[in-house]
Amino acid sequence: MIEVRNLAAGYRGVPVLKDVNLVFRPGEVLVLAGPNGCGKSTLLRTVAGLQPRLGGEILFDGADRSTLTPRQAAQKAAFMPQSRNVPSITAGRMVLHGRFPWLLSYPRRYQKQDKAIAFEMLSRIGAADLAERSMEELSGGQRQKVYLAMALAQKTETIFMDEPTTYLDIRCQLETMDLAREMAAEGKSVVLVLHDLCMALGVAHRLAVFHQGGMAALGTAEEIYQSGVLREVFGVALGRVETPGGCEYYYQREVV
Amino acid sequence: MKTWPAFSIRKHPAAFCLLLALLTAAAALAGLCIGAVNLPLSAVWSALLGRDTGSTAARIVLLTRVPRVCGGLLAGSALAVSGTLIQTVLNNPLASPHIIGVNAGAGFLTALSTALIPAAAWSAPLVAFLGAFLGVGLVLALSERAGASRMSLILAGVAISNIFTAGIDAIVTLSPDALNGYSDFRIGGLSGLTAARLFPAGVVIAAALLLALAMAGQLDILALGQDTAQSVGLPVKRARLRLLLAAAALAGATVSFAGLLSFVGLLVPQMMRRILGGDSRPLLAASALGGALLLTLCDLLARTLFNPYEVPVGIVLSFVGGPFFLWLLFRQRGGRIHD
Repeated sequence: MIEVRNLAAGYRGVPVLKDVNLVFRPGEVLVLAGPNGCGKSTLLRTVAGLQPRLGGEILFDGADRSTLTPRQAAQKAAFMPQSRNVPSITAGRMVLHGRFPWLLSYPRRYQKQDKAIAFEMLSRIGAADLAERSMEELSGGQRQKVYLAMALAQKTETIFMDEPTTYLDIRCQLETMDLAREMAAEGKSVVLVLHDLCMALGVAHRLAVFHQGGMAALGTAEEIYQSGVLREVFGVALGRVETPGGCEYYYQREVV
Repeated sequence: MKTWPAFSIRKHPAAFCLLLALLTAAAALAGLCIGAVNLPLSAVWSALLGRDTGSTAARIVLLTRVPRVCGGLLAGSALAVSGTLIQTVLNNPLASPHIIGVNAGAGFLTALSTALIPAAAWSAPLVAFLGAFLGVGLVLALSERAGASRMSLILAGVAISNIFTAGIDAIVTLSPDALNGYSDFRIGGLSGLTAARLFPAGVVIAAALLLALAMAGQLDILALGQDTAQSVGLPVKRARLRLLLAAAALAGATVSFAGLLSFVGLLVPQMMRRILGGDSRPLLAASALGGALLLTLCDLLARTLFNPYEVPVGIVLSFVGGPFFLWLLFRQRGGRIHD
């Protein structure tokens, strides 16, 4: 389990966020929400070790992150960056690279079991047919699936996803949300940065809302919806309707 | 959607490498036979096997052509692998040892050291390696301060290369004996090579090639981009530094005996990547073979085109490489170039 205490995160010594206390619980989808520039991606990148923290503690299973090697940390948490290169390798090979943290003995070549895990994960997200295709010729949605399979192949307890729905059509977005829920049901801790509040309220077990350099609220979707904090932070009112599948949220136009 | 026939080659990288190896061997044999004096294969063969050591033909083969062909093979593979490493590590398809200041840095320190301590020729590969690393270090530091985009890296490289090249020119102007065969050095050439000059560079190149191959797995991960590489637990800074050291050693050692050869380190990695894709192990092997093949063939042309006159192989390379660069330019206009 990953936990942050009094964390300060930012760039070049200037904090964007301060005093963040959060526990990323297994079996839960946690959404980080907030306006542009509030520091939610910065927080995610700091916890995942992609940039140095500016203060506070990041605990991986009780041990401070700085005491772990990059490899050990990568065995505990997977991170899906917002944008990345598209290498000219096959999708299967891409997913296989998710096994890199588990290659322990030299010469660090992928073994049969790694290949089996990679293929299993591709099949799980319904993309087994992409295994032999080159990443360059895949569509944005197909690539996102491959990245997801790669993160799954890493077999970590925690998965961080930085805006996983960017550039995806609506169907792929919904599939990604379903998958986030499924992974949580399997006991993983899934942490998402999302811009679409309606989608966030629908998928999250808990939401953390960031505003003006700190965490403005933390609670279940119901608590966050009822508290009115979203209106305060985003300046937008939300409404919802009950459906057989649960609550669906929508943005309300302000009536002047 | 690209569906091109080259895609099937990607599934058989070993066969492709074998083909390259055979072609390279054939080109090397041709390089031993053909020249100002054409020798029959049988004469070359008996000289190589040591059956014939006294004849003129044997002396031509052993003292002139073997060092020259070996030099071409070594320089070609070293520059091409150096280019592959640099392009992958910097994530920039336009980077190559020639463009980002590695060659010019190596050349500058080589010129400087021979001007100051003329006797220290044995240390040439080491000095050239230091210069190569100085070059790449400067370019990286400058481009990162300027925003670390692809374009700033290339611009910083052009600027640093120009400054170093001006430094070489200044040294040669002030101390004309510093570089024997100056124009050969600036253009890049393989004439007048001796086994004694080749040997130290060969050791450096062999070691760096082995290091590069041993790090192929990490190179694969680096190719995924810095964020992804870090997220799967690769110590990115350390891996980048090691691979750039290997790239600088390869290019520097080459400069120490072949001068400022251009284009091999850009052209060969580009071609091999298009044919084989981005998987590092086959890519490195094919680059090494392809570079050796290209340089051996170009040197053959350089020696025979204007027989009995010779031109430095660098000129032939530029005539081949220039149009390739232009083709790249026009191809990319329609392609996807993300910054």
